[in-house]
Amino acid sequence: MVRELEKYLRPGIGITTYCPGCGEAILMGLILRAIDELQLNMDDMLFVSGIGCAAWIPSPYFNADTLHTLHGRTIVFATGAKLVNPKLKVMVISGDGDLADIGGNHLIHGARRNIDLTVICANNMNYGMTGGQVCSTTPLGALTMTTHQGNPFCPFDLCQLVKAAGAAYVARYAVTQPFAMIRGIKKALQTEGFAFVEAVTPCPVQFGRRNELGRPADMLKDLMAKCVMREKAEKLSPEELKDKIITGEL
Amino acid sequence: MGLQKVKSILPAGSYYFSGDEAVAEGAIAARCGYCAGYPITPATETLERLSIRFGETGAVFMQMEDEIASICSCIGASWAGAKALTVTSGPGFSLMQEGIGYAVFTETPVVIVDAQRTGPSTGQATRVGSGDIMQAKWGSHGDYLIIALSPWSVQELYDQTIIAFNLAERFRVPVLLMAEEATAHLRERVQVSGEVELFSREKKAGAPPFGTRENDGVPPMPAFGEGEKLLVTGSTHDEHGLRRITHPDIHEKLVTRLHNKILHHGQEIIQYENYYLEDATVVVVCYGFTARSSLFAVERMREEGKQIGMIRLKTLWPFANDVIRDIGSRVKKILVPEMNLGQVVGEVMKYASCEVVPYNQVNGEIIHPKTITEQLRRLG
Repeated sequence: MVRELEKYLRPGIGITTYCPGCGEAILMGLILRAIDELQLNMDDMLFVSGIGCAAWIPSPYFNADTLHTLHGRTIVFATGAKLVNPKLKVMVISGDGDLADIGGNHLIHGARRNIDLTVICANNMNYGMTGGQVCSTTPLGALTMTTHQGNPFCPFDLCQLVKAAGAAYVARYAVTQPFAMIRGIKKALQTEGFAFVEAVTPCPVQFGRRNELGRPADMLKDLMAKCVMREKAEKLSPEELKDKIITGEL
Repeated sequence: MGLQKVKSILPAGSYYFSGDEAVAEGAIAARCGYCAGYPITPATETLERLSIRFGETGAVFMQMEDEIASICSCIGASWAGAKALTVTSGPGFSLMQEGIGYAVFTETPVVIVDAQRTGPSTGQATRVGSGDIMQAKWGSHGDYLIIALSPWSVQELYDQTIIAFNLAERFRVPVLLMAEEATAHLRERVQVSGEVELFSREKKAGAPPFGTRENDGVPPMPAFGEGEKLLVTGSTHDEHGLRRITHPDIHEKLVTRLHNKILHHGQEIIQYENYYLEDATVVVVCYGFTARSSLFAVERMREEGKQIGMIRLKTLWPFANDVIRDIGSRVKKILVPEMNLGQVVGEVMKYASCEVVPYNQVNGEIIHPKTITEQLRRLG
């Protein structure tokens, strides 16, 4: 991470625990850049995270109030804190397994209530921390630790889910689209109400290696090839959109 | 800080409340700032009343999507600086257990009222039981001690709700108010005094929020937004809250202190009432609604000249070990009537050297005084 962002990091913590090629340290940098560009005061911020790799982005690295909660319950912990102290700028950072699988009910209810929270969902399409098991965002047919013959189930489109539930702002970007992602996170932070950013992030160690994308560079290239901005996607046929990830404000 | 007298929000006087309503008014008296819950019989009426009353006092009421969300949002609210409450019954209490463990480990003050009904599972939702007593002690995984109170009247539901908040703030621990359907739905007169004694959590800027020099201390508790850059985690942590997940000494030190801070302060926590113990040869050890029937039975037996006494446990956890050890060494027999298949009786057996006889009833009805009288006659 560049020196100018160091002031946002908790002193004395040292290196991150992320695997080689993980996109979540990139995401950590992008979140801090968005905060930096908006000149937000970290003393006014509360970061709430759950269980999993992405939950370690703010806790302990961010030099602010952090609440590292139970698996799946980030949004309700954040809801209680926000309602008691509305002056807090509350950002939830967690993974797809945490927010959409075990915490799926709280996710849709949070969006429905439109409580003023910024939710960053790092989607690496599997359970990284526990060894690469299938989850609700794993693509159909993908190989995982628990789907050796390919995932038989369709994944959630998290953005459509949260949008349908009533969120005020919904966007999806991959960590391979850093500038767009920063813009999206800034917009989410400036939104009053429930703002949701799905951050697609590579997990070469657990997901990639089982799907012929074990080298970090291969997984990044694959993501770059798959991501299509919404405006462009609207002009493409369903055939052309097969296996693509539509990004942008949704 | 310590205990401070403040003016009661409700004007002093006599009120006619249901038990559930008394809990709501007790929470308001204790300056509860946040209540979240999910409708469940027989606890719903507390939520109903708070949804109206909090509108008047400015506190936050939230009906959540389930009991997991309720307890977790209470913990978030507590760290944001509010006194927090959730109320539920058996099925919801089961769902809350992971959150209760999180509150224990993060030393979060929160009050949980369990208006007990029959179980297991859905059981008989409108009928009374006391089947959640051991679940209150160890329902969440891992080793911990907790505080659980047992009210026997609507007045005590009001009083103990305030005490529960005070203990939660004093010891930074979840406090469980183990109500029962019979008292939750009972209507009785409640005396509200003009002043209430309240404890508010200690604050000390810059002090470690998760450790003390003593092995049984309660650290100060800052709130979010006070510039303390708090690290709150359910993982094992050092005194600053930093996750330390492979250090044997840090885990042992933390779990032991959380245990000791309750265990070593029993005198401050444990409350009980003695009745006719001076010459008693047989003693009823009881709690909750069953203590009402027991007292009635004991007094009838006294009228007949029988040397029967009674101890009513107002605090169930931590257990009144010394009280039971003492009485067990002085009497011939102890009767423990319970609306479950034997939960507190096991604890009594652990500490009493005399004969301990259980009486158990799980038919969804209160134990009738006549039944207790019969049991006492059988004991001689």
